[in-house]
Amino acid sequence: MEPLSNKQKQFLRKQRHDKVLIHVLRFFIFGDLLILWETAAQLQWIDSFIFSSPSRVLKTFVDMYKNHALLHHIGITLTETLISFALVILISLACAILLWIFPRLSKILEPYLVVLNSLPKSALAPLLIVWLGANMRTIIVAGISVAVFGSIMNIYTGFQEVDTEKLKLIRTLGGGRREELSKIVLPSSIPLILSIMKVNIGLCLVGVIIGEFIGAREGLGYLIIYSSQTFKLDWVILSIAILCIIAVLLYGLLNFAEKRYLQRY
Amino acid sequence: MQPFLEIKDICLSYRSLAGETEVLSHISFSVSPSEFVAIVGPSGCGKSTLLNLISGLLQPDRGEILIHGQPISEHSANVGYMLQKDQLLEWRTIYQNTILGLEIRHQLTPSKIEKTKQLLTQYGLSAFRNARPSQLSGGMRQRAALIRTLVLEPDLLLLDEPFSALDYQTRLQVGDDIGQILRKESKPAILVTHDIAEAISMADKVLILTKRPSSVQKIVPIHLDISDRTPLSSRNAPNFKYYFNLIWKELNQNGTPVQ
Repeated sequence: MEPLSNKQKQFLRKQRHDKVLIHVLRFFIFGDLLILWETAAQLQWIDSFIFSSPSRVLKTFVDMYKNHALLHHIGITLTETLISFALVILISLACAILLWIFPRLSKILEPYLVVLNSLPKSALAPLLIVWLGANMRTIIVAGISVAVFGSIMNIYTGFQEVDTEKLKLIRTLGGGRREELSKIVLPSSIPLILSIMKVNIGLCLVGVIIGEFIGAREGLGYLIIYSSQTFKLDWVILSIAILCIIAVLLYGLLNFAEKRYLQRY
Repeated sequence: MQPFLEIKDICLSYRSLAGETEVLSHISFSVSPSEFVAIVGPSGCGKSTLLNLISGLLQPDRGEILIHGQPISEHSANVGYMLQKDQLLEWRTIYQNTILGLEIRHQLTPSKIEKTKQLLTQYGLSAFRNARPSQLSGGMRQRAALIRTLVLEPDLLLLDEPFSALDYQTRLQVGDDIGQILRKESKPAILVTHDIAEAISMADKVLILTKRPSSVQKIVPIHLDISDRTPLSSRNAPNFKYYFNLIWKELNQNGTPVQ
């Protein structure tokens, strides 16, 4: 390898320096806010009964961790989210394929999909509780309902944007609609599907929490509602913090899967 | 000798909400076994449409397309079609791309697989069997696309400006390359191009189409005064220029010069 010129070395050093600086500053903002919050609570600038404080949240975490309640609630919410996410993938892929096979059907159903997609799904939750009862099934359905319509529309749009010359290739090789789907449409849509799923996992979590708000006896959403009604604000904030971490982890997982897939090319 | 392919009085119109557009009007010509025919004409005159008809992707409004005297639908001729771009699938390796047609036709037999590997070796791609299309040069990609077509052992080859996406130098090389491969396979072929020189250098006869609605303006048989004819050496034939001027004049008479 050729030795690097001084200018190049300088350039690389600057790039590295910038990267480190960005990370440090990100962490600083977070750390500063925590310190400010804690100080304000300690010096009684704010009422720590209402606003809680990092140390109180930490203490709640340790207590709840010890009596296993916390892990149970996290487990319930995670299970519900992952099940509804898996079902969203299956349902939206199946529906998008169906719409692609029958384009006339997609034209007929388009306005319905648009309306269902733009409807605020939280409005459906009370109805779901009445129809399906206050159980895990309802909450999973609530999770699905938030993500599934947009997911169907996005995947189907992706299917329609497949290069028509590639579809022509399949027909010149003697294939039909089935081969167009299996050889071109599905494989070329994998990157799109992965990026749609990255959004959907967050939406499923939103739906699950909405469901737990109104129809659950367990899960983080239930914990938030229950503790806010009983003025245990430490619990509320702890639950929110955990939700943040779950959301970031789930997104990170899918992001990792997407990067790994794209790296192959 | 009975021609291999006969196009008889083909007419076709495209229909849309805006109205009907006549694209092809009473087109007739024939291709004898192992003959190489080039089709030139103003852009948008329906050259590609003609190939779509011969391959059976489109049906004519009237007229007949016969292979060995039988209508194509009944004969279900094995037609190989090379498109403007190589259309290699990025998510498949070169080998997987070359067997795409075999997969679709459920013909992945050991002998066909052997044939594919042999063609990959013969055309210098065996080292790139497991490479992705993006790792290959334009010329190599085009050869991979040709192998994908040839492993199906087509009776007739249709080439829709297969070199137009390449830069000039690669285009000459790949044209020469593929022209020689096709001669060796001695299969009838129809090449659509807007490059007059390419048409003369590769074809046994050049079909000139008029502008839309297009009909056959003239058929020019090419007899170059050269032994050992290849697409590249053809360009040095003493009467190459004569044919060039002839076809150029015909196209300009059309009113629309080629691009």
